[in-house]
Amino acid sequence: MTAIGWRGVFMAVVRREVALAMKQKGDVLTPLFFFVIVASLFPLGVGPEANLLLRMAPGVLWVGALLAAMLSLQRLFAADHADGSLEQMALSGTPLTLLVLAKVLSHFLLSGLPLVLIAPVLGIQFGLDARSLGVLTLSLLLGTPTLSLIGGIGAALTIGVRGGGVLLSLLTLPLYIPVLIFGAGAVEADAAGLGISAHLSLMGALLLLSCVFAPFAITTALRISLE
Amino acid sequence: MNNRLANWFRFASPQNFYRLAGRLWPLFAVLGTVLAAIGLWMSFFVAPTDAQQGEGYRIIFIHVPVSWMSMFIYLVMAAWAGLGLVFNTRLSGMLASALAPTGALFAFLSLWTGALWGKPMWGAWWVWDARLTSELILLFLYLGFMALQAAIDDPRRADKAGAVLALVGVINVPIIYFSVKWWNTLHQGASVSMTRSPSMATTMLWGMLIMSIAAWMYAIAVALLRVRGIILERERHADWVRHAVE
Repeated sequence: MTAIGWRGVFMAVVRREVALAMKQKGDVLTPLFFFVIVASLFPLGVGPEANLLLRMAPGVLWVGALLAAMLSLQRLFAADHADGSLEQMALSGTPLTLLVLAKVLSHFLLSGLPLVLIAPVLGIQFGLDARSLGVLTLSLLLGTPTLSLIGGIGAALTIGVRGGGVLLSLLTLPLYIPVLIFGAGAVEADAAGLGISAHLSLMGALLLLSCVFAPFAITTALRISLE
Repeated sequence: MNNRLANWFRFASPQNFYRLAGRLWPLFAVLGTVLAAIGLWMSFFVAPTDAQQGEGYRIIFIHVPVSWMSMFIYLVMAAWAGLGLVFNTRLSGMLASALAPTGALFAFLSLWTGALWGKPMWGAWWVWDARLTSELILLFLYLGFMALQAAIDDPRRADKAGAVLALVGVINVPIIYFSVKWWNTLHQGASVSMTRSPSMATTMLWGMLIMSIAAWMYAIAVALLRVRGIILERERHADWVRHAVE
């Protein structure tokens, strides 16, 4: 283990996840298209009135991103559990928390980051101006890693459980609410001229808090699931 | 000292606790019934009519106790679940699972009575008030806990997985509460103030307190009864269960 060190292991796990995702691009693209479709359904549902859409845009885009991020959560541990590599990770000399953190980071890179990048395009459809688009992107950039961290707990708890997908959403969505409130709130606060520093600071705090606690919760949950 | 400790841990064994719970639950049930009778009598006949809200306010004698208990039970449930995770005691997990349905029931009742109270007072069954919203989320947390435990077949794994979820939920409850509160103050206009008249008659306060203790006793009685069922179900292969059931 000392041959490559913990940092080497961390990077190896991230590289492995990215390589696996590149082999099956559908896994990365499906949640992304889901996000696009959900965001396009709202104008069809409520009508094309520009003012209404502008008002709804931050909430709709955030809820869409949240659901899309949740959809890809199942992928986080399921495949590794199915082929047994998760057990090998748990048995290896490297702390499982480190490996978990690497997997969560890759989940953010593969599912959170694409959402952040495509959100401004969808924002334009809703008529958001350049400034709001910037705030939206920034809030998503701060929020999606938190979603990956919190969602990882749910994903670890539901490994190999009956009806895992629906159950996962039932467990995770209530815990996502603060991120949603501050994320969508940042865009609205900026539009109202209230400034965004309070919202973004709180989102940063949530991110730090979940960075500290979530890896341990995920590790514990994984060990319970692997017993 | 050592003796006393040993005594306490004696009840960590499901077999001993089954008997203890069997002896205790009627006591709490009687206490709960008597207190509820006194509390209801006070709230309907002794407490004065509210100057602003008329007779309709009397639902707070149900609403406030069940809301308090729904939050309190979540904490107790998480504490038992955490104990089970740390000490690996089987009974702790069983107690947590036994508490969850009662907590969910109280959270549901709190929303239900809140709606009944809100309609005459605010003219709406539901407003996106911070307290209502966070109570709703609390109900979701209970449902998630119960759904997770129901989906896992191995009871020991279900206990531990539920424990992790309950503890994560406990850390999140204050965060959710404050985020909803700030979200609510941001969206002004729709919000209706839930603050009651500042000076509450002493009899009202007493009625509410007695009803809260009645709800508490009810929760303990029901949880003990339910934990007896869970113990029987999980220990059904043990000899003592066969004798106990006979």
